[in-house]
Amino acid sequence: MRVAGGRVRSATRGTLSRRCGVALLLTVVPLGATAAQDTSAIDRGVRIGIVYRPGVRPGFVALPAAAELDSIRTILARDLDFSDRFEMITLPGSDTARAPTTALNYPLYQALGADFAMSVSRRGDTTLVTVHDVPAGAVRRSLAARVPDARHPDFRQSVHRLADQVLQATVGALGTAATRVLFVRDGRVYLVDQDGADVRRVSSGDRQAMSPAWAPGGRQFAYMEFWDGKGQLFLHDMATGQRRDIAVTGRTLDFTPAFSPDGKTLAFSRAIEEGTDIYTFNLRDDCCLQRLTVGRFSDNLSPTYSPDGQRIAFVSTRSGLAQIYLMAADGTDQDLFAPFDYGVTGSSNAPEWSPDGRTVAFHRDIAGTLQVFVLDVRTRTVRQLTSVGRNQDPTWAPDSRHLAFVSDRAGYRQLWIIDIETGRIRPLLSQGGARLPAWSPQLPEHAIFTSQPGER
Amino acid sequence: MKPLQMLTLTVIAAAAVAGACGGNPPPPPPQPNADSIAMERARQDSMAREAARQDSIRRAMEEAERVRRQREADSLAALARVTEQVKGMLATMIHFDFDRSNIRAGDAAILDGKVGILRANPALRVRISGHCDERGSDEYNLALGNRRASSTKQYLVNQGIDASRIDIVSYGEERPMAMGATEEAWAQNRRAEFEIVAGGDMLVQP
Repeated sequence: MRVAGGRVRSATRGTLSRRCGVALLLTVVPLGATAAQDTSAIDRGVRIGIVYRPGVRPGFVALPAAAELDSIRTILARDLDFSDRFEMITLPGSDTARAPTTALNYPLYQALGADFAMSVSRRGDTTLVTVHDVPAGAVRRSLAARVPDARHPDFRQSVHRLADQVLQATVGALGTAATRVLFVRDGRVYLVDQDGADVRRVSSGDRQAMSPAWAPGGRQFAYMEFWDGKGQLFLHDMATGQRRDIAVTGRTLDFTPAFSPDGKTLAFSRAIEEGTDIYTFNLRDDCCLQRLTVGRFSDNLSPTYSPDGQRIAFVSTRSGLAQIYLMAADGTDQDLFAPFDYGVTGSSNAPEWSPDGRTVAFHRDIAGTLQVFVLDVRTRTVRQLTSVGRNQDPTWAPDSRHLAFVSDRAGYRQLWIIDIETGRIRPLLSQGGARLPAWSPQLPEHAIFTSQPGER
Repeated sequence: MKPLQMLTLTVIAAAAVAGACGGNPPPPPPQPNADSIAMERARQDSMAREAARQDSIRRAMEEAERVRRQREADSLAALARVTEQVKGMLATMIHFDFDRSNIRAGDAAILDGKVGILRANPALRVRISGHCDERGSDEYNLALGNRRASSTKQYLVNQGIDASRIDIVSYGEERPMAMGATEEAWAQNRRAEFEIVAGGDMLVQP
């Protein structure tokens, strides 16, 4: 966030401006260093692509709103901050509790470095969000939505959907504000909004659950439950809270389910005495169990589909240590995917293909601890994203730019989110013990999710 | 016999009685004489002896029963002790190197002991579970635990144990033995456990 005080004075007063300009620089430098904490690790590896430097992002100012609209304004501003697309600007001396400014002051916003401004108002039972193009000094887009009362369970999600519309209206990017993350804690599957609000238990079983995986569309997810040393896969329906078992699983140790992009096929790992291999099952016709890998002396596991459904990235121990491999969706053309130095590179696991198809995130053992990496699909180059603490099990946001992952950087294992463009990291949860996250796709407009009673 | 002969005999008998008594004195009351006392005593003695004999037989039988029960209990206890011993030997875990599933040289002797037990107790069926430390990847550890259980089973099968007597499962890192993030705890957690599924009520030493 940019400190705006210095800029205001520098724009309005003469001699004072220079001294304040220096002060501004001094305050910005440490902030920038903090934000780039994990970016520094990226600089050590080979990097190809455009780097977004803090400061070249468009400035955004969320204008104060009437008291009854302030909670909406606050959620919107936080969502836009979490999108990592803007430099969020605070009005000089502004206080969220203050009355809204009656008149728009485009020159002031521009002097603060804002490219966009957002104001929130209400007309009847409709909430209006107005997006201003500051340099043009005009309204860019006006968005209207029926936001229910703050006590309504869909209140936050409807505000998040507005934030995603604001992002679309400003930088034309797909937002992730109205998405959620599944994760496992104490052997149960939980759901949390991407901003850390509203944690609730969703799995109904009383046995140990692992590896939740969203179905495309976000109305269902699959997960595994331990049944007396065997692994049973389940499909959980978000709207009803009901689950059904996948009949071909459970007599063996079946785990790491992954949906094909059309939702028709479920790929998973099956451990039998000869080893672990990847299978697929046709969910739509409830048939046709098919084995894709034949390991014999190696294990093959953790499948993840490319978004076109044509390929599957997976983990194989065929070289001795676990590494990331690639195959066609029918199991043919198996080949190494993420390069590694034999005998030097640590084992690599938990691949997840990005929704835009360009990148595969995974974690790799570096000197006895795990770090999050991304593989560029086209160039087959990898780069390390994290370096602080132990970081594992990355999962993509639908914008293919943010990853949620497990990290013990705060002293205990917890979910964190990293923006792979800027390296900015934020905690998703404050309570420890979370693992195996799965970030949702764009969720259906009126997704009502049933949670287990009494469980938070 | 004819009536005449009968009459004759009766007369002769009467005369004989009259001749014998001769006078009037009533016959003396029967006096207990020494012989009858002795006989009675002897009879009672023999009854007492018989009772004593019966008693001693009963006691002997009871004692025999008690001894038999004791022996049975002792031998049952001994069998139970042996069974417990064998169970203990069978439950001895084996351990693995980090991210490895091969049987360590030192653990082969432990497995050989289990081979003997499985041979000596043909009804015995076991389940081997593979476990991992928390350092590896959560999901990968399910596959690694499976491979550890599988290579342990394979060792036993290679020694001639019927494969159908051994089940394997994997718990990955989900059931740690020791808590904590130390090499000591991790080493304890990288293990295969042995559990009796059937035929473990009475086990004999190999």
